[in-house]
Amino acid sequence: MNWKTFFALLARDAHVARRNAMQLFLQTFLQPLLFVFIFGRVMVGSGYMRPEYKSLLLPGIIAISMTFTGVWAVAMPLIAEFQWTREIEDRLLAPISVGWIAIEKVIAGMLQALVAGLVVIPLAWLVLRPGVEISIGTPLTFALIIVLVAGFSACGGLALGSSMDQQHIGLMFSMVMTPMIFFGCAYYPWSALNKFPILQKVVLVNPLVYASEGLRAALVPKASHLPVAAVIGALLFFDVLLLVVGLRQFGKKAVT
Amino acid sequence: MAVGVRTQDLRKVYHSAPPLGAGGGFVMRADAKGAKQQPKAQIPALDGLSLEIRAGEIFGLLGPNGAGKSTTIGILTTRVRPTSGQAWIGEHDVWKEQAEVKFLIGVVPQRPNLDFSLTAREILVFHGAYFGIGSKLRNERADALLDKFKLTERGNQMVRGFSGGMMQRLSIARAMMHDPQVLFLDEPSAGLDPQTRILLWDIIREYHQAGKTVLLTTHNMEEADALCQRIAIVDHGRMIALGTPEELKASIPGGFLLRLRFGNQTDDLLQRLQALKGVREVRAADSTGLDVYADRGGSLIPEIASLAASCGAELSDVHISEPSLENLFLHHTGRSLRD
Repeated sequence: MNWKTFFALLARDAHVARRNAMQLFLQTFLQPLLFVFIFGRVMVGSGYMRPEYKSLLLPGIIAISMTFTGVWAVAMPLIAEFQWTREIEDRLLAPISVGWIAIEKVIAGMLQALVAGLVVIPLAWLVLRPGVEISIGTPLTFALIIVLVAGFSACGGLALGSSMDQQHIGLMFSMVMTPMIFFGCAYYPWSALNKFPILQKVVLVNPLVYASEGLRAALVPKASHLPVAAVIGALLFFDVLLLVVGLRQFGKKAVT
Repeated sequence: MAVGVRTQDLRKVYHSAPPLGAGGGFVMRADAKGAKQQPKAQIPALDGLSLEIRAGEIFGLLGPNGAGKSTTIGILTTRVRPTSGQAWIGEHDVWKEQAEVKFLIGVVPQRPNLDFSLTAREILVFHGAYFGIGSKLRNERADALLDKFKLTERGNQMVRGFSGGMMQRLSIARAMMHDPQVLFLDEPSAGLDPQTRILLWDIIREYHQAGKTVLLTTHNMEEADALCQRIAIVDHGRMIALGTPEELKASIPGGFLLRLRFGNQTDDLLQRLQALKGVREVRAADSTGLDVYADRGGSLIPEIASLAASCGAELSDVHISEPSLENLFLHHTGRSLRD
């Protein structure tokens, strides 16, 4: 294993991310912040929503921002670089095995997702305040959950980015990301689906459910949420599953 | 220490369209496994290619598009998985020891695959970093290569706006950045203007003089002739001739090729042409053409013309070419390199 090569690849991705920082920032945060503003500030302020909703919404917004960032940060460059320009070729020719190149992409995506998660907290808090009650009661659980959320988003990005062509990007967002976000218990807690028992079971295949519920458990322990152990187990499962699928797809695309 | 390259009985069959720049022969045929199965598209690109490229040699793979040249380079550079057969760079098995192999090789692809998110200089510097070259040395090398390839002024620009020739130059600079023992160039001068082509040839020769092995593919026989110490002619994934350019040219019967066309052609014309002094071989090219391989060129024309007249055939076109790799290719395959 050539760690020098691995870190050089990571440095390249960090360099490109820094160069595109402003674009990434707007791309990642504008939509969730507008959502926070309308639902957390306007709807609550005008009395359509109860004030507790602010605190319920924030973990969901963090989960969405992280998921979106991780998927986007890995999938979009991969899709572009695997296209006919084959830009990724110079990295595939770096002296390291092809699997490690994919893992480097996942690590870079995870780091971006973590930054997104940590940046959106103060931003959303600024938009929502006053009346948000979040606390990190168990820092270790919180840390574990955000790392697992970053992992599933980046591995998901690897799997999607290595399986799709440029002409299907629109489809990916409308068929994968949009339902995932709306059925991801980000804008409402899982317990809110009690009255829709079938839907409540079906959404459990959506990894974002565990991301939202896990962050809710870590940040707003008072609110009802899925058991933390189940959340961690499920996130771990999705991390591994998506990583395995992603590595396989990447390998197929990288070598003809 | 110079490093050689070897392949043994390489075969590659694509099951879907091969990537651009690694085109196979595009022959569709039914899967041999049985009639019950749905026929599957099989695109054979390499059909048992064995090569031995000596350490420190400039070796050329010459052949038309789809001959399997790019697939050969793809396999030797870890980018294509062979269906069967083996390949080695020095002592390293290309498929089993990929990271070691990648240290030894530099690759210039048929179409530039530069990292569009970086500037020209960054492309070189990061490439050096991937190969573990220290910060000071990689910056120095990047500057030296930019200068050598006349790209210093554009060094800090994103490569998106570069012309094809500039991208090609930068691709070569990138491949040389980690000072590889074996340099692969896939159609290096395709699309270059003559001036840049000469610069490129000089750089390849200079690199070779430093004791490096160079493997290039081309369908330009002038390039193969000018640069290569040995050439393998490939077609349909097989090697059809191997030798120095001189040896190969000497192997064409007679050396001269006269391509004749007739308005109408009679049966005994071929036999009677064969009997002319200096004619080595006559082949029917198609219904109206004959290829005559001979020891002499222009001086045969009056005799051919009078012979044709006496047979009642009307000579409509004559093309004389001197000994060349193009003729050699035609002699072996019945097709022109440009077909």
